[in-house]
Amino acid sequence: MAEMNNNAVKAGPGEPLLKVEDLEVVYTSRQEVVQAVNHINFEVRRGETLGIVGETGAGKTTTAYSIMRILPDRTAKILNGKIIYEGEDLLTLPENVMRNTIRGEKIAIIFQDPMSALNPIMRIGDQIAEALKYHNKEDLTPEQISEKVDQTLELVGIQKGRRYDYPHQLSGGMKQRVVIAIALVCEPELIIADEPTTALDVTIQAQVLAMIDELRETLGTALILITHDLGIVAQMCDNVAIMYAGEIIENGTVEDIYSGKMQHPYTTGLFGSLPDLEKKTDRLSPIDGLMPDPTDLPKGCKFNPRCPRCMDICREQTPPEIVDGTHRVACHLYAGMGQAAKAAEQVKEEA
Amino acid sequence: MKQKSTKKMTPLRETVYRFAKNKISLIGLAIVILIIFVIIFGEQISPYAKGVDQDIMNRLQGASREHLMGTDGYGRDIFTRVIHGTKYTMLIAFPSVIGAQIIGSILGALAAFYSRWLDDVLMRILDIFQAIPGMLLSLAVVAVLGSSLPNLVIAMMISRIPGATRSGRAVMLRLVGQEHIDAARSYGSTDAQLIFRHVIPNAIGPIIVDLSIALSATILQVSSLSYIGLGVQPPTPEWGVLLSEAREYMRSAPHTIVFPGIAIALAALAFNLVGDGLRDALDPRLRD
Repeated sequence: MAEMNNNAVKAGPGEPLLKVEDLEVVYTSRQEVVQAVNHINFEVRRGETLGIVGETGAGKTTTAYSIMRILPDRTAKILNGKIIYEGEDLLTLPENVMRNTIRGEKIAIIFQDPMSALNPIMRIGDQIAEALKYHNKEDLTPEQISEKVDQTLELVGIQKGRRYDYPHQLSGGMKQRVVIAIALVCEPELIIADEPTTALDVTIQAQVLAMIDELRETLGTALILITHDLGIVAQMCDNVAIMYAGEIIENGTVEDIYSGKMQHPYTTGLFGSLPDLEKKTDRLSPIDGLMPDPTDLPKGCKFNPRCPRCMDICREQTPPEIVDGTHRVACHLYAGMGQAAKAAEQVKEEA
Repeated sequence: MKQKSTKKMTPLRETVYRFAKNKISLIGLAIVILIIFVIIFGEQISPYAKGVDQDIMNRLQGASREHLMGTDGYGRDIFTRVIHGTKYTMLIAFPSVIGAQIIGSILGALAAFYSRWLDDVLMRILDIFQAIPGMLLSLAVVAVLGSSLPNLVIAMMISRIPGATRSGRAVMLRLVGQEHIDAARSYGSTDAQLIFRHVIPNAIGPIIVDLSIALSATILQVSSLSYIGLGVQPPTPEWGVLLSEAREYMRSAPHTIVFPGIAIALAALAFNLVGDGLRDALDPRLRD
């Protein structure tokens, strides 16, 4: 584990560990095509935490499954894009390379629902050991594997004696710890946590998140945290990407997003749905309406039917991406602002 | 405290331990062991050689000390014939049902697991088989291959595979969508590991229930084939043959049909009990 730390330091902050470029994923059924993820871009550096925030159905989980290439092949199809991990496009790797060297070994995923993410008829110790056996780089003997399982269980705060338990004998919080243990046991470089606390109650949520954060720090692992809770994001993340209807409509550092400057109306709406301790209000102000039907997305900006600041152009044209330093936002409101505009102005002034 | 003791057992020992705690299943197991014993040693213990010796003077006798289950229409000892019949019935029904269930489960897993394309092709082929009634299908196979014991096994197996595949597929289709299968894939399981370590073991309960029902149905189907003369040939004392031969004496000498009937029912019951116990012993959620 000390080795991992060194790796994290060696790589430095500059080069991205994972880079998703122009990813497009659809689900096809016999009748219709669901556009789940539409041309998204983001990157994660070593040791960094990226929060992906969005409503149910925004395409967050689909993005996570695409990175692991575990989308259901009956229905899902990656139409376009690149998922570059350490300089290699995961989408072009043969399945066996993907399985032996990426899944579980370099990238691990923590699933949303601990109640269903464990095989009900396998002992939890065996499930953790299984992940380790499939990536047994150091030729561990069965005894060493068993010892490593005990260590990992203790790392996530479960007594090692419980390795002989079946999932139904554990509480929800403990199951989630086991799911986390499975993700950690091979010491991956990147962990994708897909709403790791949605199925848990609030007190356990805090514990589990604190644990994930602590482990991430000690192991130097990069983390993609998928959530719809902006509070968690502020606490844990370095960068944030806001997803809406399969698109990333705004991303930047936590400061960029929380400063409120050049904020996408959807992000404003998300913040409006949070209770504010300082202001006395009787009601929260949720965003009106629902996520658009992904089989029939609106023209122009996908958010236009629900946007309180919608303009005519929003119904016609896809908004441009306005860049300001680390902050990117896709909204017509800020056309003429951002870096490109500033540069143009500068050129004008100089002339 | 007793439950603690199972913790460090190997899975096999644990299953045996759980199974042994279920008294009713043990009764079933005892009957199954008796059946196996009869198959192996039946010929030594039966009083009348091979059960084919006719004694026309003593036909249709009721139960007596010489003939424990009475005699049939040719004066043959029914007890001897039932004991000999065990071997023929079981040697046809057991391998064919087990074989069909194994093949069906694997095909079902493939159909549930892989692309819709494979699923569609496989299911349409099975549709063709299932459009023909099972009885007619095995009849056709026997008619083509000729009626011998191995051919009967093949015929029974072929008529059973579509049903086994379909029920296996239905159970596993639901399983494949579950998160723990995605989870197992996400830490690097191969497709074969997913199918044999996660999908099929989770479907084993319904598969075993299906199997024990199919076993009793197959015993009856073998006897139906025998009745129309395409199954086991008389005078071989297969249970179905005993039943069909006894049909004409059903009213005047009911013992001729009652005893073979009891044998069939008992065998079917025993396998069902063992199947139930096995299902409970294999599923950790049902254990405590």
